[in-house]
Amino acid sequence: MIIYILTVFLFLIGLYGVIAKRNLIKIVIGIALMEYSVNLFLILIGYVRGGTAPILTEGLGQKVFVDPLPQAMVLTAIVIGLATTALLLAIAIRIYKKYGTFDIREIKNLKG
Amino acid sequence: MKGMTIIVKKVTEIICGVIFLYGIYIIVHGHLTPGGGFAGGTIIAGSFILLVLAFGSEFLALKKEETGSSILESSAILIFIVIAALGMLMGGVGIFFVNFLPKGTIGQLISAGVIPLFNIAVGMEVAAALLTIFLALLIYRDEVLK
Amino acid sequence: MELLLIVILVLMIGGAIFSLEARDLLSAVIAYGIVGFGLVICFLLLQAPDLALVQIVVETITLIIMIAVILNSTREEKEHGKGKRSVVFVIFAFVFIGLFLYFFNRTTSTLSVFGEHMMRMSKAYIQPGAEGTGSANLVTGVIFDYRGYDTLGEATILFTAVIGVLTVLRLRGRKEQGK
Repeated sequence: MIIYILTVFLFLIGLYGVIAKRNLIKIVIGIALMEYSVNLFLILIGYVRGGTAPILTEGLGQKVFVDPLPQAMVLTAIVIGLATTALLLAIAIRIYKKYGTFDIREIKNLKG
Repeated sequence: MKGMTIIVKKVTEIICGVIFLYGIYIIVHGHLTPGGGFAGGTIIAGSFILLVLAFGSEFLALKKEETGSSILESSAILIFIVIAALGMLMGGVGIFFVNFLPKGTIGQLISAGVIPLFNIAVGMEVAAALLTIFLALLIYRDEVLK
Repeated sequence: MELLLIVILVLMIGGAIFSLEARDLLSAVIAYGIVGFGLVICFLLLQAPDLALVQIVVETITLIIMIAVILNSTREEKEHGKGKRSVVFVIFAFVFIGLFLYFFNRTTSTLSVFGEHMMRMSKAYIQPGAEGTGSANLVTGVIFDYRGYDTLGEATILFTAVIGVLTVLRLRGRKEQGK
């Protein structure tokens, strides 16, 4: 149970980064931390004590497998996380070129 | 962007072909060993990114490479959809994504129906997508920020 | 094994806190790498080798892109002083965290204890898994045969993200404005 609480604590740290920080790069790091913690949580649920990876090899017999369904879902989620982070960083580069700063309070003040 | 020192260039010439072959091996054996389309695709993208970082962007023609990788990504996802739609025509049941090739014995390289073809299509798509993103950021940096 | 997971999670939390509180942006990005690579060790300990392969390469590419973005722009975060950080905000933050953790504890107490998964739904995928799809790797069989639509959705999202990056950076679709 304490492992679940530590994982959701990582999620809360990411949430703090999105809400309370002023630098745009710190906000992007916060969003990525939230994605990592959710992926870890999904894999933690599907773990069976004493199980092996869900791959059939010859000479092994029918052992106890860990759950393959959350692994299939998280496998695509990791690559989608990379695409989302790259898109956010492209937007950050454009904002830096236009305003000269990464600070979100100064971005609200300047117009055009 | 300047390239790196001559030691990095020599080592990259030797190693980036080995990384590319390793990525292809992981894609093709996706139904036997851990890995599959996504892992192999990112490894292939990694080998191309190593090439671009070591030799610098003045040395390679980046605009043509970026056009080529965009076309490759679009055609890879088109192949994916065509294979899925073929399952509808040839499966006999009329559902999308039916596994219609013969399944063979478990553990051989040619088995599991359509799954190796799906692996290859997804691997090409993921590699081309990551390479396009990286090259787009690099071209923007070279042309607009300087 | 559980003790090892707890130690690695505490290290990741320490790296995350340092990454958000650092003054220099380069230190923040390198500390963010601690979280990513600690996640690789966690995936290996939880018997998921496919995910560890993908996560290692994805984390390296993310670090490369972030360092490239930072080295072409500013490198430090300007601190304009603390501002109006009153006590009420701090109390509200602690109350919110307390409520969140309490309700989270109540919801996950209906889940099984860590390590004893019931696998009600997964038995229907594991039993006919190898003969039904013909592949020895059950995760690949689930991705491409039983859950093919989700893979199509993922390919679409990746494609849309690439189009988004090309549009935001204005590399396509710009008419010739007579330079």
